[in-house]
Parts: sequence; C-alpha cells; structure tokens
Amino acid sequence: MIDSVIDALQFDFMRNALLAGVLVSIACGIIGTLVVINRIVFISGGIAHAAYGGVGLAYFFNFDPILGAITFSLASALGMGLVQRTTRQRSDTIIGVLWAVGMALGIILIDLTPGYKADLLSYLFGSILSVPTSDLWLMLALNLIILAAVTVLFKELLALSFDETFTTVANVPVNVIYLVLVVLIALTVVMTMRVVGLIMVIALLTIPPAISEHLVRHVQQMMIVSSIIGVVFTMTGLWLSYFLNLTSGATIILVAGCGYLLSLTIRFALRSWQSRHVPVDAVAAEDSLTSVETPVR
Amino acid sequence: MSMQSVPEVLSIQHVWAGYDHETILEDITLSVYEHDFIGLIGPNGGGKTTLVKVILGLLRPQRGEVRILGQRARIGRRFIGYVPQLAEFDRAFPISVWEVACMGRLVRRGLFRRYTAADNAIVEMALRRVAMLEYRHRPIGTLSTGQRQRVYIARALATEPTLLLLDEPTASVDPEMRTSIYELLQMLNQQITIMLISHDVGAIATYVKTVGCLNRRLYYHHERQITSEMLEAVYRCPIDLIAHGVPHRVVAPHPQQKGEQ
Repeated sequence: MIDSVIDALQFDFMRNALLAGVLVSIACGIIGTLVVINRIVFISGGIAHAAYGGVGLAYFFNFDPILGAITFSLASALGMGLVQRTTRQRSDTIIGVLWAVGMALGIILIDLTPGYKADLLSYLFGSILSVPTSDLWLMLALNLIILAAVTVLFKELLALSFDETFTTVANVPVNVIYLVLVVLIALTVVMTMRVVGLIMVIALLTIPPAISEHLVRHVQQMMIVSSIIGVVFTMTGLWLSYFLNLTSGATIILVAGCGYLLSLTIRFALRSWQSRHVPVDAVAAEDSLTSVETPVR
Repeated sequence: MSMQSVPEVLSIQHVWAGYDHETILEDITLSVYEHDFIGLIGPNGGGKTTLVKVILGLLRPQRGEVRILGQRARIGRRFIGYVPQLAEFDRAFPISVWEVACMGRLVRRGLFRRYTAADNAIVEMALRRVAMLEYRHRPIGTLSTGQRQRVYIARALATEPTLLLLDEPTASVDPEMRTSIYELLQMLNQQITIMLISHDVGAIATYVKTVGCLNRRLYYHHERQITSEMLEAVYRCPIDLIAHGVPHRVVAPHPQQKGEQ
C-alpha cells in the first residue's frame, strides 16, 4: 500500500492533483463558510451552473474555457447578486432561470462549434487528474485574492451574515459587501470546477462548513476547520478513486457525503447521550442543541 | 415641562408610509426630545414595524419627512442605537457575545479599519451596563431569549447612540426577564433618550415617561396618560385594554407627572 502511494506520487499528474485538492479545499472552506452562514447556497448553485455558458462561449469563439468560465460566472454572479438585492420577491425564481439558461446557452454554443470536443465532460464532472501546473498557479493566485478580501472585509462580512438590518443601519455599504461576496463565490466556483466539476461544486462548498459549524465557536475557526475537512475529503476521495479506478470528482463528493452523514450520526448520538446524563442546569445549552436542527438550508 | 429648551432628537413630520399601493401609516407627526422615554403601543398590523423602518431609513416615506438630529434618516440613523425585534435565529451560528456586541462599533470604524483598543473599551462598558460582560465568551446561541435581548441592547449602546430605538423588546421574553429589561431601560434613560414600540401595554405604561398609541395614525401628546380618546381610536374598545392589565393610574383621567424631569 505504502509502496503504491509512493509510486503514485512519482507521477506529475498525481502531485498536481493533490496540490489542486488542497488549494480548492482552502478556497471552499473560506467561501463555503460564508455561503452557509448567509444561506445563499442556491445562488452559489446558480453561479456554478451558469458558468457553463462561459465554457460554451469560449469553445465557440475559440479562447481558453477557464477564461470564459471566469468571465461568465463573474457576470452571472453580479447579475444574480443584483437581482437578489433589488427584487425582494421571487429572486429565487429569477436565479433559477439564470441557472438553467446559462447552462443551456453553453450546451447550444458547444453544439454549434465544429470539431472534436474531448474534454467537455471534464468541466461538468471535474478532471483533477489533468490539472496542469499553470492552473495551480492560477488557483494559488485566486486563493490569495480570496484570503485578502475576506481578511480585509471580515468584520463587515460577519455582521452582514449575522444581522443584515443592523449592519445596514450602521451605514455599512451592505450591497457592495454582498456583491464582493458573490464575486468571491464566482472565483471559487471556477477553481473548484477543475476538481469536482460544475455540477458538484455545491457539495464541496457546503458540506465541510455544514460539518464544522457544530464544532467551532467562531466564524474564523469555521473557515479553518472547513478547509481542513475539505482537504481530508479531497485527499481521501482522490486516493480511493486512484486505487479503485473511479471518477475522482464523484468519489470526492461521495466521501464528503459519507462524512456529512457520519457527523450527523455522531451529533445525534451525542445529543441523546447528553439528554440522559446531563444535569438540570445544562438545560439552556441543551435547548440550543435541539434547535440546531430547525434551520433549513 | 417646557419642551422648547430641550433639543429635538427625532422629528417626524406628516409622514405617510406603506408598501406599493397600500398605505399603513397616515400623517404621522412626532417629536422626540432629549431624555424622553417614549413607549408607543398599538395593535398588530397597526404599523409599528413600518414606523421603525421609516425612522431607520429602510423604507422611504410616501410623503413627509424624517429628521434625526436634523439629518435625513439614511445618514442620521447612525445616531440611533437600534435593538431589533427578537426573531428566531440560527442558534448554530458560531459567534460569541463579544463579537455581536462589537458590531455596534461598525458605525464608527469604517471599511478597511480594525477595531481598536478604544472600541474594545466601549464594547466592554456596554456589556457591563447590561450585566452581560461575564458572558462575553459564550456563543450567542446558548443564551436565553432575555439574555440575548440584553446583548442586543449592549450592541446598540456600543454605537454610542443619541437615541435608543427598540422594536418589541420583550416580545418573547419571560415575565421576570421582562421586568429586568424594563428596569435596565429605565436606568439607561438617565443618560440616553429611548423610544420603544410594543404591544405590551401594561409593561410600557408602568416604565415609560410618555405613551403614544399607533394604529395607522399616531395619538401622542407627550404625556404619560393614555386618554380615552386614544384608546378608542386605537383599540375601539377600552375595556379590552383594561382587561389586559393596564395599571389603573395610567387610565386615570387626571394628569400626574410623577417621574418626569
């Protein structure tokens, strides 16, 4: 086993895959945390799927699909962000429409493009085993941008996530902060697309924060723990897919899904154990545990 | 009591407000002066929350004008310490009491600037005033409703407000905690102007200095008494009010200015 791991590490593609997994997990840990506490999983899904329109556009006009995906997901992120902020009702409907139309546009544009389209599926389902070194540098740069933006705007992002009305009344430019957030989501989506594909971006963005939320006391810790959990999932999934010869993106997501199920089971078991063994004065804390289940994500 | 000598904190002039084609507030005029402690009561759907939104510049009035220390609501709201209605919230949100109270400093510490030692001192003082300093490391989700309300009051105090504005401060708080929150507000009123909005008639009438009734229109005479005219206009039926436990002295016909400055 150890030998075959070392053997695998001889390959450039495997080393790049591992590095890509780490870089993507860090971005997803930080941005996914903000997505989960702001409850904007749906808009993130919209951004991810609309990005396929950018891939189609790039194929049609013959430029780098990553560039296409970045431009298109930035545009769709800003569009959906503005819709979310300006129309109070039915913004989810409009996001749903953009989600589907972006994707359809991509498919039609690719239909219209002549020639052989070999790596098309890789944008949908990920291709972590074929990440070139140049992409790693791009991922590193995007990670640094995300880290810098979140650090600089942290107190505003935290306040906006926790209590938007109060933050507005404090004269914080909440709309600007929100648009920065959706732009950061767009950048993360494009990065993650290389690893697990557009269709499964949401899982890597939301599952690690959903697990870590219950383990930490501060949002910063949630970001760090989510990143670590993400690294564990991508590494486990990558090795499993390597040894079992399975699609790596889907294997990573299934590992993450199993991790989530495991964390739910452990939390449930802990709670029922506590309710039998905890003295009366801890009832307040117990209350908080029971209501943990109520928010619908 | 001469109001002319006391500075005006909030001025609402002939405000009409509502949503789309529906008017909820009609011709509201209200002046809040320094050191006032105003309680506005009214039935659900009477426009209490709409009035709060208009004051905070979150809803543009259809007609009329709101001025906070002479400035338009969207700018002047920085002088208001806002305590929102306690809503159901995500108890799993990983944030401490201290971090929540720090949000009060956002008003003074703009973009790209970190909280300073001076900010920390103000937040510490605010938490001490509401007797929640010892809970500062606790996750907000583990507090009781009343304790959480105290933290929100501390957050509002940390803005160093000229006016403390509370929306239903005791809506889902148990009776014991309710009394302690009103006593806290009474103490804070020695330094800060307070306006609160509630349907809790009994408690309001016991603790505030002046009472107004809001039901589409505002009935407010800068007095402690709820007159039968106000009652009838707002609730249609005064007996209903008394049945809810309004202290007798409040509905008494003769003015008594006890506790006014």
